[in-house]
Amino acid sequence: MTGSKTIRVLIAKPGLDGHDRGAKVIARALRDSGMEVIYTGLRQTPEQIVEAAIQEDVQVIGLSILSGAHNFLFPRVIELLKEKNAEDILVIGGGVIPEEDIPGLKKAGIKEIFTPGTPTSAIVEFIKNNVKV
Amino acid sequence: MDIVPGILKGDKRSIARLITLIENQADEARDLLKQLYKFTGNAITLGITGPPGAGKSSIVNFLAKKFRENNKKVGVIAIDPTSPFSGGALLGDRIRMQDLTLDDGIYIRSMGSRGALGGLSRASYDAVKVLDAAGMDYIIIETVGVGQSEVDIIKLADIVALVLIPGMGDEVQAIKAGVMEIADIFVVNKSDMDGADRLITEIQMNLDLNQDKNKVKPPILKTVGTTGEGIADLYKTIIDVQKQLQDSGMLTNKRKTRINQELQELIREIHLKQIISSFETQIRIFTEKALNKEIDPYSAAVYILENAKL
Ligand SMILES: Nc1nc2c(ncn2[C@@H]2O[C@H](COP(=O)(O)OP(=O)(O)O)[C@@H](O)[C@H]2O)c(=O)[nH]1
Ligand SMILES: [Mg+2]
Repeated sequence: MTGSKTIRVLIAKPGLDGHDRGAKVIARALRDSGMEVIYTGLRQTPEQIVEAAIQEDVQVIGLSILSGAHNFLFPRVIELLKEKNAEDILVIGGGVIPEEDIPGLKKAGIKEIFTPGTPTSAIVEFIKNNVKV
Repeated sequence: MDIVPGILKGDKRSIARLITLIENQADEARDLLKQLYKFTGNAITLGITGPPGAGKSSIVNFLAKKFRENNKKVGVIAIDPTSPFSGGALLGDRIRMQDLTLDDGIYIRSMGSRGALGGLSRASYDAVKVLDAAGMDYIIIETVGVGQSEVDIIKLADIVALVLIPGMGDEVQAIKAGVMEIADIFVVNKSDMDGADRLITEIQMNLDLNQDKNKVKPPILKTVGTTGEGIADLYKTIIDVQKQLQDSGMLTNKRKTRINQELQELIREIHLKQIISSFETQIRIFTEKALNKEIDPYSAAVYILENAKL
């Protein structure tokens, strides 16, 4: 008998900013939609994020950032996933990200960017529609 | 990489994949576990349990580093409750273990308790076997001490440390005797706060009242999970307890009991599944009949089991 599959998501905060309220709100919303959310806390390096994602065998990484280093940190995560042959993991981003940076981030391999004000239900829906279970 | 050879080499990707298959109850998981079984039995399993927020993850973090200093490989399984409403879970134990992430000799997995009613899921037992076969010297299992999982942990761990914190006051009185008895080691964490010594006295009193007089009293240790104070002593105590268990033959006894329980659970699980699938119609008919009081469920169950004779 084959059982059910639960979507596992890693929520990480790369960069140096010290707030994680937004990330926690999203983590809770994902849990309430039936996902298992691994929350890794503040100030994670891309190396730590990718290693944790592999150990936890998640299908999704959600990156949240307020500090403005997204143009470096987000693509770096994608690069490391490729190095580790783990590019099947879906990466999404959120936080304070200027409109003009979004096309570049998507081109680097971030599947979607959610800017402040996006309802958490939209994030839940995006994940459910894009993860193969 | 093929999963079995990958796991035997300690490849984290392979370990992670098999644990997912186990959690999802995939058919291939059991076949892979069969192949790995003969490589298990070398790791010492250590259960860390206690109320939410007691500092368990903080202690695991320092303890894992101590094991690494002594060249031991460490697997960590951190189990948090699955929400009974959504089926989801918030797994935050890694927050306290960030420094361990990039250490080659450490693998950490967060697990939701999933189907298990307050206790530990079957998947966590099998995940321990995977880490054991992967060559971990120690496997630390962190569980929240609510209800059944506190007692369930002895089915999984060779050594159990119960983490308590000052300010619990009467709660020590309220801890059921059965829970106090599973602890091989008591850890009084947050001993930087008022009341640590009082808590120790309370634990001692509780043990005096409830424990078998002939049994050795479990050690009680003070720690500070934010600074790592007391962890060196805790490490030493764990090694001492391990030696005692090994030298006295208790470890083998514990494991024998565990295998016996596991075997019974498997028989129950497999047998039940078989019966339910081959008597689906019959069960449905009996359900209707019992509803109309044409048969009672006791006789119906016996009838089905008699027809299911092996
Ligand atoms: N004051 C104090 N705080 C602690 C100590 N150990 C852990 N904490 C804090 O207690 C909170 C919960 O710790 P955590 O390890 O996550 O607890 P767990 O839920 O039992 O795993 C965190 O904010 C820790 O920093 C301690 O010894 N003293
Ligand atoms: Mg914890």
